[in-house]
Amino acid sequence: MGKITIPEEEYMHPGHIACLGCGGALAMRYMLKALGKRTMVSIPACCWAIMHGKHPNFALGVPLVNTAFEVTGASISGIRAALDAKGIKDVNVVGFAGDGGTADIGIQALSGAVERNTNIFYVMYDNEAYMNTGIQRSGATPPGAWTTTTPVGTTQDWKKAPKKNMVEIMVAHKIPYTATINIAFPEDFVKKLQKGKDIDGPKFYHAFAPCPTGWRHPPEITVSIAKMATDSNVFPLFEVEEGKYTITRKPKKRIPVKEYLGLQGRFRHLPEEMVERIQREVDREWELLLRKEEYTADF
Amino acid sequence: MPKVVITGNYSLAYGAKLCRAEVVAAYPITPQTTVVEKIAEFVANDEMDTQYVKVESEHTAMAACISASLTGARTFTATSAHGLTLMHEVLIWASGSRTPIIMGNINRAMAPPWSVWADHLDSVAQRDTGWMQIYAETNQEVLDSIIQAYKLCENNDVLLPCMIMEDAFFLSHTSEAVDLPEQSEVDAFLPPFDPPEKLDVDDPKGFCSLVMPDWYMEFRYLMHEAWNRARKIIYDVVEDFEKKFGRNHGALLDIYRCDDADAVLMAAGTAAATCREVVDDLRSKGKKVGLARIRFFRPFPTDELRSLAKEVDSIGVLDRSFTFGHGGAFYSEVAGALYNSPTKPALKNYIAGLGGRDITPVTLERLFEDVLNLPENGTEQEIEWVDLKDTPPKEVS
Repeated sequence: MGKITIPEEEYMHPGHIACLGCGGALAMRYMLKALGKRTMVSIPACCWAIMHGKHPNFALGVPLVNTAFEVTGASISGIRAALDAKGIKDVNVVGFAGDGGTADIGIQALSGAVERNTNIFYVMYDNEAYMNTGIQRSGATPPGAWTTTTPVGTTQDWKKAPKKNMVEIMVAHKIPYTATINIAFPEDFVKKLQKGKDIDGPKFYHAFAPCPTGWRHPPEITVSIAKMATDSNVFPLFEVEEGKYTITRKPKKRIPVKEYLGLQGRFRHLPEEMVERIQREVDREWELLLRKEEYTADF
Repeated sequence: MPKVVITGNYSLAYGAKLCRAEVVAAYPITPQTTVVEKIAEFVANDEMDTQYVKVESEHTAMAACISASLTGARTFTATSAHGLTLMHEVLIWASGSRTPIIMGNINRAMAPPWSVWADHLDSVAQRDTGWMQIYAETNQEVLDSIIQAYKLCENNDVLLPCMIMEDAFFLSHTSEAVDLPEQSEVDAFLPPFDPPEKLDVDDPKGFCSLVMPDWYMEFRYLMHEAWNRARKIIYDVVEDFEKKFGRNHGALLDIYRCDDADAVLMAAGTAAATCREVVDDLRSKGKKVGLARIRFFRPFPTDELRSLAKEVDSIGVLDRSFTFGHGGAFYSEVAGALYNSPTKPALKNYIAGLGGRDITPVTLERLFEDVLNLPENGTEQEIEWVDLKDTPPKEVS
C-alpha cells in the first residue's frame, strides 16, 4: 500500500444533510482536510448553505459564516481584514461557493476581492447549475444540458450558450494561483489546496463536483462520472501559477465525450451531431490548453 | 480639547479615527467622497491604524463590514443615496447578524431625475432594515453621534447597527467649528470591541444558519428585545457622554422650547437648525411655538412624543421625503404613535425641501403660523407640498 497523502483528520462530521452521492460534500471534506483546523469559511446561498445543518446543528469543525448570495468575495475580504487588524496571520480564509454564486451573481464581489490581492482561498464547487433552488441553468451550465429553465421541450431548448470560463477570468486578473480540482482525484485536490497555504494573495479553485439530482445519474457513480470528465478532457486538471500553465493529469487513454454524456440524463435528448460538436469543442479546448502549457513553459 | 473648523464629512472621518475603527470598507459616491478620501489620507499618513478595504461597490462595503464585525473587528463605512439603497439587502443581514456596524449616510435625493442634493428618502427607505437611525443637525453632532453610537451598539445588551445621517452639502460640505475630543478621552469612554460571539478557530461555530419556522420568530423576537433595551441605554449613553464631553444633543427626541407651547413643528436634520432660529424669533414676538427634532427615527420616540402631545394643541411634521401613495414617512409614524395616545393634537404634514431645495426661515415662519391655526382651521388638507412652483414641469420632456 502506498503512502497516504490525504490528512486523516476530519472536519466534516456526520450530521450534514447532503444528498446521496453529492460531489459538493466531497469537495468540502477534501478542502477542510487540506487546510485543517485553522480555517474560516464563508458560504453564500448554495447547497452548502443548508448542508452543514439547520440551527442548532452544525456538522463542520471550523467556524463558518453564512452570507447573502452575491457577497462571498466581500465576506472573505472582511474576514481577512479583521484578522489582519488583530495581527492573526496563520488562519486560512476560504470562500466556498457554488457555480451560480461565483460565475453569475457573485462575480463582481469575487473580481473585487482578487483585484485587491486579498489573501484568500476561493473554491467554486461546480455542479453546473443552480442545484439548491432546483436545477436552473447558470453561466456555468455546459451547452447541451437540460435544466428546469432550459427544459428542451419540443423546440430543442437546451442550454445554448457556452460555459463561462472562470479559470481564464481569474487568470486575467493576474492572481498568483488558479487551479482546477476534481473530487475524483483527492490527492491532486488536497495537494493544490495545500500549495495555496504558501502563496500570499488570492487562490482560486474550480472544483468539479457532480450532482446526481441535477445531472440525472445514479448517486453511486458520482466519482466515476467525475473521473470520466477529466479523462475525456471535458474537465482537464491543471494549474496556473503566475501565468504559467501546468497540466497535472494527462489522460493516457482519452475517453470519448459521448461516454461521459451518455451516463447523464441531462444530456439524453442530444442528437448525434450535437454530441459531435461538443467533442470537437472539447478537443479544441484541450489543444489550446496544451499550447498554453507549451507557450508558458519558460515563465 | 482642540476646536477645528471641519465639514460634516470630515466629522465622519475624524469620528471613525477617534473611535479606532479597525476595519473600514467603503466605496466613493457624491457627496460622501471626502469621507473616504480623508480616511485614506489618515491611513496613508499613518495617523489611523485601520484595515482599509477599498471595495468595488457599496454592497460589498457592507458585506465586508458584516464579516469583519463577526470576526471581532470594529467596523465603519459611509455612503449616500444610491449607495445606501444598493446596500438594502445586506443592511438586513447586518442587523440580523447582530453586528454593531456604524455607518455615516449623507442624505441625498434618489434619481431619477438625477440629483445630488439633500433629501431623506434614501435612509427613510431603510426604515425596516433593523438599523438605528440618527439624523444629525450639526457637524458637532455628527462626530459626537459616532462616539455615542459605538458605545450604544457594542453594548452586549444591544448589538445592533446604526447609521448616522447628515444632509448633503448643508452638512457634508459646509464647515463648522467642531470640538475634537482628545484620543485619550474617547478611549476612556469607549472600550475596545469585545463581542460575546465571533468567528474563532478554537471555538468553531456556524453563524447565520438556516432556521426552520419553529425558531425564526424567536430570533426576531430576541432582536426586538434588544431594541427595547436600547431605548433606555440611549439615555444612559447620552448622559455619560454629557458628563465626559459636556455636550448633549438630545436622546431620541430633541425638544426645544416646547414648554407651554401651543404649536410644535417636528423636523429632522438641518431643517431643524433653521426651525430653532424661527422658534426664537417667534417666541420673541410672543408666539408660543416649539421644535421637536426627530433625532432617532429608529428606535422611534413613541413615549417622548406622547408626553409632548399632552402639552400642545397642534403639531406639524416636516418631511424631507415623500412616500408615494400615502404621505411623509415621519408624519405617518407620528400619527401612528399618537393614535393610542390619550391626547391627540391636531396634525398636519408638510413636504418640503426635496432634492435639496432650501427650507427658508420665511417658509418655516409661515408653517408655524399654519400649525398655530390648525385647531381653528381644521386639518382638511392633511398633507401640504410646500413652496411648489405654480407651473410644474412637463411630466415627460
